[in-house]
Amino acid sequence: MPLPKQYDDLPGTIVFDADRARQGYHLNMFCMSMMKPENRAAFKANERAYLDQWPMTEEQKQVILKRDWNGMLALGGNIYFTAKLAATDGLSFQQIAAIMTGSTQQEYAQMMIKGGRPIEGNRSKSEWKRRG
Amino acid sequence: MARIVAGVATSHIPAVGAAWDNGKTAEPYWRPVFEGFERSKEWIAKLKPDVCIVAYNDHMSAFSLEIVPTFAVGCAAEFPIADEGWGPRKVPPVKGHPELASHIVQSVILDEFDLTIVNKMEVDHGLTVPLTLMFGQPAEWPCPIVPLAVNVVVYPVPTGNRCYMLGRAIRKAVESFDQDLRVVIFGTGGMSHQLQGPRAGLINREFDTRFLDNLTKDPQALVGISHLEYLREAGSEAIELVMWLIMRGALDDEVKEVHRFYHVPASNTALGHVIFENAAR
Repeated sequence: MPLPKQYDDLPGTIVFDADRARQGYHLNMFCMSMMKPENRAAFKANERAYLDQWPMTEEQKQVILKRDWNGMLALGGNIYFTAKLAATDGLSFQQIAAIMTGSTQQEYAQMMIKGGRPIEGNRSKSEWKRRG
Repeated sequence: MARIVAGVATSHIPAVGAAWDNGKTAEPYWRPVFEGFERSKEWIAKLKPDVCIVAYNDHMSAFSLEIVPTFAVGCAAEFPIADEGWGPRKVPPVKGHPELASHIVQSVILDEFDLTIVNKMEVDHGLTVPLTLMFGQPAEWPCPIVPLAVNVVVYPVPTGNRCYMLGRAIRKAVESFDQDLRVVIFGTGGMSHQLQGPRAGLINREFDTRFLDNLTKDPQALVGISHLEYLREAGSEAIELVMWLIMRGALDDEVKEVHRFYHVPASNTALGHVIFENAAR
C-alpha cells in the first residue's frame, strides 16, 4: 500500500513527488528542451507540431498551448520545468506566480512588497474552505 | 591539513542574479538586497578562502527527471554555466577542485553517505547567484568551488537531519585532506517562499527568524523539522533550507555569527543570509 501523503492537505500547493514525476515525465522533459535556443525557435515556429513530437496526453498538450500554468502542475508539471517554458515566453518566476494566484502583476508585486502572503489562514485546505 | 573555517548561508533567487546582470542593483527595489551583502563581500575578500564547498540545488538544469541524485558532488575541473531558458548568465565558468572533491567522495561514502559522483555538469543560478552575492563579478571567481547538488525538487528529498549529518561527514573529510586549505562551506536557497500554484507568494517571517536564531545557537532544534512543516509553514520551496543544515553540520557546535541579513521581498522570496565563523579559524 502506498504511504499516506499528509501534504495533500496543503491548500493551493502540489507537492512534486515520484508519482507526479512519472505522470509529468514527458511534459517536464518537453519544458527541459526549452533550454536550447534551436528548440525554442522550433517550438515558437509551430507549437503544436513541436509538442506532437512528445508522447504527452492531449490534455497535457492543451494546458501547454493555453499556458494554463496551474493546469500544467495538476497534470504532473513541476515549477522548475514550467519556468523554462515561461522564460521562453519572456516571463519571470514572479510573472507566472501572479498568473497562478489569479492576481494581476501589480497586485501580486504589491502583496510581496507588503510582506507576502501571510501564513495565517493559509495552512490547510479546511481553512481555505471556511473562507470560501 | 585542510580546515573548514566559516559557513555562509544565502538565498539563491534567480531574479537577484538577473538584477545584477542587467545593472539594476541601484534601483530602489534591489538596492537594499545588494546593500545587505556589502559587509559579506568585504568579509570574504579579507578571509580569502582557498576553496568553497557550495551546497545548492540544481533546478533541473544539469539533471532532469531522467536521473534524480539525492546528493551529487561535482568532481570536474570546470563547470559551465547552464542556459535556463533565457541564455546562460554572463558569469565566469566555475572552476572545480577535483582533488578535494574526489577526497570528499572517498571519505564520505566510506562514512556511509551514498553520494553520486559527477564528472560533467553545468551549474545554474542555485550555485552562481550566491557566488555573485559574495564575490561580485570578477573576471574569474577568486577560488575553486566544490559543487554539492542536493535534490530538493522531487519528493521525497533528504531530511534535515540527514543533511546535518552529511555536513558532519564533509567536515571529517575536509579535515583528513592533506593540503593546507582554508575552506568555506555554503548552504544556499530558502528562506520561506512558494513559487507555485494559488498559494504562491507565501512568506513566514516568524518561521524564518526562529530558523536563523536556532541556526546560530541551537541547530539541534532544526534538524527534526519535517518536510510537512517546511511545506506548510514556510511554502513549498522553503524545503531548500535543509541545505543550510549541511553547512551548519560542517561547523563547530558553537559558532560566531558575524553577519545576518533578512529582506522581504526579493521577487517571490524572503531573502535570508548569515555568516558564521568557527571559533578557532
